[in-house]
Amino acid sequence: MTSDAPSLQPAAPLHIWRGALVLLLVPAAALVVGQFLPTYPLRILDMILLYAILGLGLNIVVGYAGLLDLGFVAFYAIGAYAYALLASGQFDIHLPFWLVLIIGSAAAGVAGVLLGIPVLRLRGDYLAIVTLGFGEIIRVLMNNLDGLTNGPQGIARIDEARIFGWTLTDPLDFLYLLVALLIVVFLFVWRVQESTLGTALSAVREDQDAARGCGIDTTRVKLVAFGLSATIGGAGGVIFAAMQRFVSPESFTFWESLVIVLVIVVGGLGNPFGALLGATILILIPELLRAYADYRLLLYGMALVVIILARPRGLISRDYGPRWLVRKLGGG
Amino acid sequence: MGSLILQQTINALTVGSIYALIALGYTMVYGVLRLINFAHSELFTAGAFIGLGLAGALGVTGHPMGGIIVGLITFVVIGLVGVSVEIVAYRPLRGTSRLAPMLSALGMAVVIQNAVMLIAGRRPQIYPSFLPSGIIDLFGAIITYKQITIFLVAVILMVGLELFVNRTNLGVRIRAVAENAETASLVGINPNMAISLIFFIGPGLGAVAGILYSSFYGVASFTMGFVIGMKAFTAAILGGIGSIPGAVLGGFLLGAIETFATAWMPVLTGGLIGTEYRDIFAFSVLVLILLFRPAGLLGEHVSEETMVYKSDF
Repeated sequence: MTSDAPSLQPAAPLHIWRGALVLLLVPAAALVVGQFLPTYPLRILDMILLYAILGLGLNIVVGYAGLLDLGFVAFYAIGAYAYALLASGQFDIHLPFWLVLIIGSAAAGVAGVLLGIPVLRLRGDYLAIVTLGFGEIIRVLMNNLDGLTNGPQGIARIDEARIFGWTLTDPLDFLYLLVALLIVVFLFVWRVQESTLGTALSAVREDQDAARGCGIDTTRVKLVAFGLSATIGGAGGVIFAAMQRFVSPESFTFWESLVIVLVIVVGGLGNPFGALLGATILILIPELLRAYADYRLLLYGMALVVIILARPRGLISRDYGPRWLVRKLGGG
Repeated sequence: MGSLILQQTINALTVGSIYALIALGYTMVYGVLRLINFAHSELFTAGAFIGLGLAGALGVTGHPMGGIIVGLITFVVIGLVGVSVEIVAYRPLRGTSRLAPMLSALGMAVVIQNAVMLIAGRRPQIYPSFLPSGIIDLFGAIITYKQITIFLVAVILMVGLELFVNRTNLGVRIRAVAENAETASLVGINPNMAISLIFFIGPGLGAVAGILYSSFYGVASFTMGFVIGMKAFTAAILGGIGSIPGAVLGGFLLGAIETFATAWMPVLTGGLIGTEYRDIFAFSVLVLILLFRPAGLLGEHVSEETMVYKSDF
């Protein structure tokens, strides 16, 4: 883990820009490929990008701060329901998409901080269990607050997303939106990792008591991490709702939280590239297994166990993140 | 009014017995490996279905003696499955990190749940009762023989486990490994043996709980494990994770909280909070307990070390 210790000298700006250009190859490739894909695979590509975004968000808490959050889906759900309630016939409110994107992300972020205040005194497994409980409570609420959420039937006929006159209808439109958001979130998460906050978070992860000894306000740092991560989850939720134009509690089960945790664990904790790779694998495997119908989930479970047994620390090590790439390209 | 409370107490004891039996498996595994064995709830389901299959194969449906035989065979079969799961999916990951075995356990849970689905089918199945039928009227409260049997079976198993752990040589070994695996191995105890034993007993008890549960409600479905497993795990934490008497106490307590809260909340809140919030009570209890008394009711003081992922990520 020592190689992860952030050096005191920031990478030279030139390196960063060169690195950023190379990094842009991935979304550029997604855009080019997207032009030629039929609707169905395009939808899968959208899901991969969406889960990559969620993974990048969760990574702040799990990968950087070392706090296992098993209730991430709650923030995703808050975002999704924000769009479903504020842009549909449910209450006949029709706010524009970009506004709900901001409101939904902010609501999720606030929820993250509010959850964090009591919960962050706990560590390790106990934190994991409480967040899991929180996720379930949110789901049960969505299921039962019939007047607000329409209960198990969910909310249908959600407005089409419209951004300044551009209406997003088919999966290709969403591909553009998701690619744009992915770039923003990726750069943001990367900068967080390189910032003082990121350094503080890795200190908390490595040894909380020592971090506190160094004068880091561990509670505040963890709260910020929780808030940022929840905000990204909320943004993902808003896009999900706009994409499906239908939300129901069924989309926000514990299983969903797990998939997002697995995305970053399989890919490589604390590494933004890991989230991209993990999302690709975890979304693609079930699609590839679709032909096996009933055996699909059985094989999926087996694949997970095998991957974890083979690479308990994920496919890409924490050390080979954006910083490494930038160094490599800059010759530093 | 009095008979109503008596009735609810009896219902609480029935549900509590089942939670307690499952909670034992979680608590024993956690006590030794610090692992939340997510596959446990699916072994509970698998146990119920093996009982169902055996009942058909042996033709002992509806007979208490048949129930005992089926229970014993199921205990052993699921116990062996539990041992294999540990050897295949958890043992190779021991010492890598705390997160890896937990996710591997989740993977195994998916595998077992879907294996059950493939063999038994997607639809919920009608479950034969292995328990004697009949009722007793006690001061206006109705107690079924089923409820009495479930309570008795649970108590017998728990007393048996308590005696085994405290009075036998093997039990001492298990406790030694739970206390400190390294020191135990210094005095010649093979930790793997003790861990295998735990993965035999815990899932075995869970499987019997599965048979009791399905016999009581008369139905079994392949997805029934998740929520019950979560509640049983809550019970284990409530009592103090790692503590066997704690799991029993937690199970009965959670059964009581849930039964009474579900019955009285709609009355107290004027119908605002209905019975559909049943599952929330358990999770709210979980959150509150962890916040105010993380060690649980009977748990020893939880050291930082057991709770923190040191050098895990």
